[in-house]
Amino acid sequence: MTIATASASTWRERRVLPGFGLTLGFTTLYLSVIVLIPLAALMLRPWTLGWDGFWSTITAPRVLAALKFSFGAAAIAAAANSVFGFVVAWSLVRYRFPLKRFLDALVDLPFALPTAVAGIALCTLYAPNGWLGAPLMKVGLKVPYTPPGVVVALIFIGLPFVVRTLEPVISELGPEAEEASATLGATRMQTFFRVIFPALAPALITGTALAFARAVGEYGSVIFIAGNLPMVSEIAPLLIVIKLEQFNYAGAAAIGVVMLFASFAIIFALNAFQSFLASRR
Amino acid sequence: MRAATEDHPITKLALSTATVGLIVLFLVLPLITVFSNALAKGFGEAFAALRDPDALSAIELTVETALIVVPLNALFGICAAWAITKHQFPGKGVLVTLIDMPFSVSPVIAGLIFMLLFGMQGWLGPWLRDHDIKIVFALPGIVLATAFVSFPFVARELIPLMADQGSDEEQAAVSLGATGLQTFLRVTLPNIKWGLLYGVLLCNARAMGEFGAVSVVSGHIRGLTNTMPLQVEVLYNDYQFVGAFAVASVLAMLAIVTLIVKSFLEWRYADEIAAAHRH
Amino acid sequence: MSLVVDCVRKKFGTYPALEGVSLTAPQGAFIALLGPSGSGKTTLLRILGGLEFPDDGEVRFADLNWLSVPTRERRAGFVFQHYALFRHMTVAKNIAFGLSIRGRRTRPSKKEISHRVEALLQLVQLDGLGKRYPSQLSGGQRQRVALARALAIEPRMLLLDEPFGALDAKVRKELRGWLRSLHEKLGLTTVFVTHDQEEALAMADLVAIMNKGRVEQFGTPDDVRRLPRTPFVAEFLESAVTTPRSSHIAPAVAGWMPNNRIRSGVINEPPPTPVNPTRPPTRTPDST
Repeated sequence: MTIATASASTWRERRVLPGFGLTLGFTTLYLSVIVLIPLAALMLRPWTLGWDGFWSTITAPRVLAALKFSFGAAAIAAAANSVFGFVVAWSLVRYRFPLKRFLDALVDLPFALPTAVAGIALCTLYAPNGWLGAPLMKVGLKVPYTPPGVVVALIFIGLPFVVRTLEPVISELGPEAEEASATLGATRMQTFFRVIFPALAPALITGTALAFARAVGEYGSVIFIAGNLPMVSEIAPLLIVIKLEQFNYAGAAAIGVVMLFASFAIIFALNAFQSFLASRR
Repeated sequence: MRAATEDHPITKLALSTATVGLIVLFLVLPLITVFSNALAKGFGEAFAALRDPDALSAIELTVETALIVVPLNALFGICAAWAITKHQFPGKGVLVTLIDMPFSVSPVIAGLIFMLLFGMQGWLGPWLRDHDIKIVFALPGIVLATAFVSFPFVARELIPLMADQGSDEEQAAVSLGATGLQTFLRVTLPNIKWGLLYGVLLCNARAMGEFGAVSVVSGHIRGLTNTMPLQVEVLYNDYQFVGAFAVASVLAMLAIVTLIVKSFLEWRYADEIAAAHRH
Repeated sequence: MSLVVDCVRKKFGTYPALEGVSLTAPQGAFIALLGPSGSGKTTLLRILGGLEFPDDGEVRFADLNWLSVPTRERRAGFVFQHYALFRHMTVAKNIAFGLSIRGRRTRPSKKEISHRVEALLQLVQLDGLGKRYPSQLSGGQRQRVALARALAIEPRMLLLDEPFGALDAKVRKELRGWLRSLHEKLGLTTVFVTHDQEEALAMADLVAIMNKGRVEQFGTPDDVRRLPRTPFVAEFLESAVTTPRSSHIAPAVAGWMPNNRIRSGVINEPPPTPVNPTRPPTRTPDST
């Protein structure tokens, strides 16, 4: 979301439309109670361990393995989604086929479906006796309780991000650039790679980054299908839960801080990238 | 002759098929699985599972939480949008960033932060225990965690919409003698009603379906602090598949209804909710 | 009930919109704020209407310290450049708005409100269109609804922000004449903003030529045309087609009907509704 911001000297202004104090006051109060104060607790808690304690917590082998696993699986899923999402977005915007409207609406399913429901559905689907699990087992691919299972679940929840970010951009691409390219003698393939794709790349990157950010922190969809074996298929959020159950609040907070910073770094990089692009136009 | 902007027919066929395949594989199948597993032993078993006391209290808790969280978040969204779009002040950017925050945070962290405040070893833990006030492992904690993950939806929908609509009509109302409340109720609200409904719909879907955040703060006390998603987990881990999928079906139906109403609103009232999707 | 603006200043951030603007006008005057974009005329109008507040300076109207009167109590009928009609209300509800939101004590009965709305619809020549929605009206019609809405509250002053800006030439002309005759009928102090000098000089009793936040000259249309005080005024008005007014016709009335037709060069246009020519000059313009 981007909103134009006003100049700085406006706190003292007499206001025409009423309700400023009241609405801003409530907004700030709500945000403080729900977001700011709790986040402050998160930022401060790890330091009760001291810098050394904090560092040793987050560099413990199990923690590192979990972080690597979460980020790694998320990256693979996001990469897969960038391809799948592109195909789906392109087809939904440009082509006509039966039930298109219906399928388009379905793309939002991962947004609307509770993660726990998705979790058990995916787990059952890919179980050895499941509809997809059985044929895959025959081919020798075991999905549940393995890292690939986690990737599959993360693809499920990340697909809409890529599709929904790309769709408006694809539909706003006027035909002019492609027509120009064709009149200059390019084949469809060339037009695609040299004209269309570069125009869509920023949106694709944005969507992929959003899918990645979501996948890193995902819990409900993944917790059932993941093996949850420490050092092998344990996701970072699960480790946070485990530490909380052991009353190691500071340790849990330490991992939380790392994940939070990673999310912020992604968002920040994304915003910087978008500003960079905007300034190039 | 095909138009210069059309793809090769084989390309079209391949990509269309791939699209249908991907959507069916990744989206449709999981959805169908939920219902087919719930009904694996027939309707009778499925309904019996829903009448189980623990399941019923889970449903009750979920609805109760939503009834508290959604109106509060809607109120927040309206206030935030009013302050941000109809007024000028420095720091708007900060406010907007804060509002977007829950989307970039893992749900488990959303639960963690409230444990750090109100849990046994949290900042306020000892004080709460001394005064016998329960926040985590009780409804208040669940409400807070749910509010955190779902509050952006209404605000994110209303802010671009109200920004797009400008404040001319509100200024006209004030110049004609209306108070702030009159202006909001009679001029602003009718203009944003579909956007508000849309935001409330998404907020509700998220509030009822939240798992990770609530899982951390609820304590999983059967019959007391399990929402429907948590109950699904409990039943599944107990190998009570019919029960788990029965409850999951109810949630899946909620998701389907959400999608239907969402699509309907997007189709019919495109202009009045469209602003959000352009930002 | 004269209008006194005294040394009003307004800055938006570091941008100076008004740098010490002063003018005085008698009750019932039809005042034009004329100038190029960025001259501050809309800002001044909005200050009069309570939609902006100056950093410095005073405004007195109706013997009141106008700036200390809250916006909603000013009863300054404001007609916005883009009409700002309430898109979800019918024309009738739009017009009735200012009356329907009043407190129990001052609110007229439903019957009374609906009578007034009817009367106003007739006044602005939109009878029968009460049940339409703004989106179903043309620009000129919407303009008139906006005006009727502002008049419904029996305003003490009427403020119009580029009222004919978004309309095509023919409609502009019609509405100009009609607005002026309305002013004759109601006798309200009226201030309107325009960048069109022809319009300003044709319609107003008093014109304030503004530039970069200052009033370069304030006087009757004749005065500013014949005796421009600054080079800016001279240049700005050069492009206006000038026809000297007949001196025996009262300035308040003259120069509008006949000159308009001559200036526009349209000879076949049907004669506009004649204005009562016997009205004596009651105003003594005060230029600063």
